[in-house]
Amino acid sequence: MCLVGESGCGKTTTGRLLAGLIRPTSGRLLYEGKDVWQTKGADLARFRRAVQLVHQDPYASLNPTRTVFQTLSAPLYRHKKARGGRQALAAVSELLERVDLTPPDNFVSKYPHQLSGGQRQRVSIARALTVDPKVIVADEAVSMVDVSIRISLLNLLLALGREFGVTIVLITHDLAVARYFARHGRIGVMYLGRVVELAETESLVSDPAHPYSAALIAAIPEADPEITRGKKRVELRSAEIPSLLDLPPGCTFHPRCPLSEAGLCDVKIPELLAIPGHREVACHVAVRERTAEPAAATA
Amino acid sequence: MPVLSVRGLSIDYLTRRGAVHAVRDVSFELEKSETLAIIGESGSGKTTLAVGLIRLSPRGTRVATGEILYTKDGMTSDIRKLDDDDLREYRWAECAMVFQAALNSFNPVITIWEQFLDTARAHGIKDKHRVRERSAELLDLVHLDARRVLPAFPHELSGGMKQRVLIALALMLEPQMLILDEPTTALDILTQRSIIDLLRQLRQRLGFSMIFISHDLSIAAELADRMITMYAGRVVERARVEDMFYRPRHPYSLGLLRAVPRVSGALGSVASIPGSPPDLIRLPKGCSYAPRCPYAIDACREAEPPLLKVDTPEHEAACIRWQHVAEVIGSKAPLPVAEKLA
Repeated sequence: MCLVGESGCGKTTTGRLLAGLIRPTSGRLLYEGKDVWQTKGADLARFRRAVQLVHQDPYASLNPTRTVFQTLSAPLYRHKKARGGRQALAAVSELLERVDLTPPDNFVSKYPHQLSGGQRQRVSIARALTVDPKVIVADEAVSMVDVSIRISLLNLLLALGREFGVTIVLITHDLAVARYFARHGRIGVMYLGRVVELAETESLVSDPAHPYSAALIAAIPEADPEITRGKKRVELRSAEIPSLLDLPPGCTFHPRCPLSEAGLCDVKIPELLAIPGHREVACHVAVRERTAEPAAATA
Repeated sequence: MPVLSVRGLSIDYLTRRGAVHAVRDVSFELEKSETLAIIGESGSGKTTLAVGLIRLSPRGTRVATGEILYTKDGMTSDIRKLDDDDLREYRWAECAMVFQAALNSFNPVITIWEQFLDTARAHGIKDKHRVRERSAELLDLVHLDARRVLPAFPHELSGGMKQRVLIALALMLEPQMLILDEPTTALDILTQRSIIDLLRQLRQRLGFSMIFISHDLSIAAELADRMITMYAGRVVERARVEDMFYRPRHPYSLGLLRAVPRVSGALGSVASIPGSPPDLIRLPKGCSYAPRCPYAIDACREAEPPLLKVDTPEHEAACIRWQHVAEVIGSKAPLPVAEKLA
């Protein structure tokens, strides 16, 4: 699954919330049916191990004074997955192989500055894997690596999902990356702190229901001159993004929305509602039009 | 007559390990009102080249060979030989640059108005009223409200607004040429779109030439007339934008195009380029892309291939296997390469 949105839409905060790094102001975070913030002791420790975060900046998230072996063995010792150097080395080598840093012997004693951005990000992923997580939250995990190797990192994450049953939530501002990564999954589009649309990737990309998703897809410049120069624009009524301290009443998108209806959108907050086609959208107009269609057809 | 003509330019960084050959034997021409995109991954030498064009290379840089010929009103001069006064005139008045870290290019402790004033003074415009009028006119051109923006400090503006102000500043002295290094990289999608549309409008209206330096192929797809692919400091392919996107002939261009997924249309066969760029101090023998190239043969590892004419007179690629690449992806249909390979 991917969460997409522009900066300030709350996607990173949501990621940190998923990893249990911040306490929700209201609402609950359930893991295996239990409220994470009500659990204690062994249950909480299990959650902490089960959900791991991979950060955006591979230059900042690895300790520069530690070798790859030191970085990867620390959690192994901490969680008693290895006793003694030989066991740890074997486990670290296996992790490095999993993230395609082969042969592992070339990497164990390297420091972060001796690695490329892509290699560092692989070490970060290996570190997340040390505790056999069930969920990895990857926050902009490929944004800082070169275009030429982004796909291979995404493929690595996808392979981990497939082979080890890890669920991966990728947070990104890049819709093209999201489409590639979640091509068999779902995309959630966020705006001003809320999920405004949640749908299967291909249906979202080819037929966005929420006017904000539609605006994003119409605006994104693409690596194809014919497509990108021939795109139909969605004209927004305003380019200004409202402040999170002073949100507009009703639907927070209404001051910019081309479909906004006075007396409805500026008054009533739209809920995220299911519409036909296994998708959910938080828009009065889209919900009305898309649920009405099949009824009208049968009549 | 091209506005800018670069011939055989080589730029080295002198380090303790030896000379880093960041730009090697680069030649290209930029016509009036034309937009050229220079693409390549980090370390390909594109920023070194851009900074070299306005002679702003940091200390420890050596421009080993080459000429940078700039033409205005039928007069041609070599930028490398300009004295300080002429160089100051060339920078900004003739050729303005919008830097990569655009959002940090402002002085944080003075207002936008003072930034305009500073730039104007540096170029001998002393009349405050004239500067005021001109800045209001420029901000209007980039769709900003001068009354709101001029008294503001840089931190009070959003990223997109700062980028617009910078473009306005760059246009202050009506340059013939604009160099933009990663102009939309740190911006949100909707802001990116507005900056791209803005640049397109301004180019039409004012008729300046542009050079884009970017790893982002989509901005090239949006705005470029012609494109250059750089790898390990060299130009490896040069083509019109449609030829580059739909009929690339260098395996590296092909690899880059294939590495970028799209939102519209079919996903196709997207893939990364294996391996990493070479060490620019000790370059491999022969073609520097050969170690990563799926089509490399023994001959590729023997001599560095020169730029060869392919398909049309306006299309060149530094690859002895270009015909093979042409067979793999075909020549006709304007289909993205990822789809052709699928």
